[in-house]
Amino acid sequence: MLQTNLTHILSADEHKQFIEQNENVMICCGRMGPMCVPVYGVMEELEGEYEHIEFADMEFDNPEAHVIRNAPECADFMGLPFTVYYKNGKIVKATSSIQTMDQIREVLDEKFNVIVEN
Amino acid sequence: MESNHFDLIIIGGGPAGLTAGIYGARAKLKTLILNEGTAGGQLVLTHEIANYPGIESTSGYMLGSTMARQARDFGCTIRSNVRISNLNLNDAIKEVEVNEKDQYSTDAVILSPGGRSRTLGVPGETDLKGRGISYCATCDGDFFQDKNIIVVGGGNSALEEAVSLTRYASKVTIIHQFDHFQAFPHAIVEAEQNEKIDFVMNSKITEFIGEDRLRSVTIENAVTGISDKREIDGVFIFIGYVPNTEFLKGKVDLNQWGEIKVSDELQTNIPGVYAAGDCIPKKVRQVTTAVSDGTIASLSAANYIHQKKRDLVAI
Ligand SMILES: Cc1cc2nc3c(=O)[nH]c(=O)nc-3n(C[C@H](O)[C@H](O)[C@H](O)COP(=O)(O)OP(=O)(O)OC[C@H]3O[C@@H](n4cnc5c(N)ncnc54)[C@H](O)[C@@H]3O)c2cc1C
Repeated sequence: MLQTNLTHILSADEHKQFIEQNENVMICCGRMGPMCVPVYGVMEELEGEYEHIEFADMEFDNPEAHVIRNAPECADFMGLPFTVYYKNGKIVKATSSIQTMDQIREVLDEKFNVIVEN
Repeated sequence: MESNHFDLIIIGGGPAGLTAGIYGARAKLKTLILNEGTAGGQLVLTHEIANYPGIESTSGYMLGSTMARQARDFGCTIRSNVRISNLNLNDAIKEVEVNEKDQYSTDAVILSPGGRSRTLGVPGETDLKGRGISYCATCDGDFFQDKNIIVVGGGNSALEEAVSLTRYASKVTIIHQFDHFQAFPHAIVEAEQNEKIDFVMNSKITEFIGEDRLRSVTIENAVTGISDKREIDGVFIFIGYVPNTEFLKGKVDLNQWGEIKVSDELQTNIPGVYAAGDCIPKKVRQVTTAVSDGTIASLSAANYIHQKKRDLVAI
């Protein structure tokens, strides 16, 4: 399990339920490495602010994470973490490698239409 | 309402800033750390720290989290992932604005914004990051199994990471802008002896090409001026370090490399403003040297603040 304070998704079933039961979802799929940890940090920070969005992580090396690793939207990705944004269970955006807080905010504001003042 | 005045504000929450926070809070100063990234700074970029005395081996993330918890437990407030939008260091009471809305005032400031890896800054680099361009061999090496890749750089990191990437890649080409390497001799020999590695000297990448993923690069030879296009699966960039001091230009004295000039007590040219860690001029940039600076800067700031308070009482 990843050492973060985010909700951990541990299986493909949990992943399915999570994206189906929540309208707006951001999941970061990575390891405890230098490109991934800053993204978890930003998500932990934004969790309290973006209440309409559910934030979670999934361990890249968990075999069940094939639901993210093999998503067509991630086919060309060659950098951890794979960060995937879902609306009503469908992928609306996916990014590869480290992202800044501003880049993540931009996606959240654009895809989930919830402008939060910072 | 809680006051927004702090005895001490620390800008940057890496090892230097967190250490300064621990010492500040233990000296009974109301202390705030404002950090643009994740608490721990470059520590969280490090898979393993094996040379921090007293701790045989740990991940950078764990060491950074422990330092942050220690600072909090002593009473220090930490705000991470914030942006300094305004800074007035010149007056006796200094002002810091965060995210264009939160205003703080303070008697003393410690600047510890550290540094970051240098990027090439050429077309295509930002768009293809994570799609063939990487800055971390340990993180992304396994995506390049049996691939043909380039490593850019000529220092220790570039040569050592090139060797480590041969565990995955079928071929590694090191591209370096000069005709010689800056790395230690043993790192150069190890790279030269590796059959999977070849070298393109006096050259630089001027463009990354690809839509969904990196397909090729343009390489310019600095001597002949001739440019070549080369098909490639991946590029790893290790070209050194820049201090995060752009936001301090015109506010404190910087040297020609953008490092903050300091006295032996780590005071800048402004009374009550100190600097610590990788952002000051030094030869060795390590966690141990950063925490040492954080200690000195914090104790110097504490002396300054206590003296200032004593002067006020005397008036
Ligand atoms: C890949 C890698 C591996 C390393 N391995 C080791 C090792 O094994 N052993 C070792 O001893 N050292 C190692 N180091 C070096 C060590 O991490 C650094 O020397 C140390 O972290 C420097 O500490 P610092 O506090 O000065 O700066 P940093 O760690 O850079 O922290 C600075 C902090 O300030 C924040 N900041 C920047 N600008 C602003 C701003 N404008 N406003 C607010 N906050 C800001 C940053 O987000 C960051 O959190 C490694 C470094 C790297 C990159």
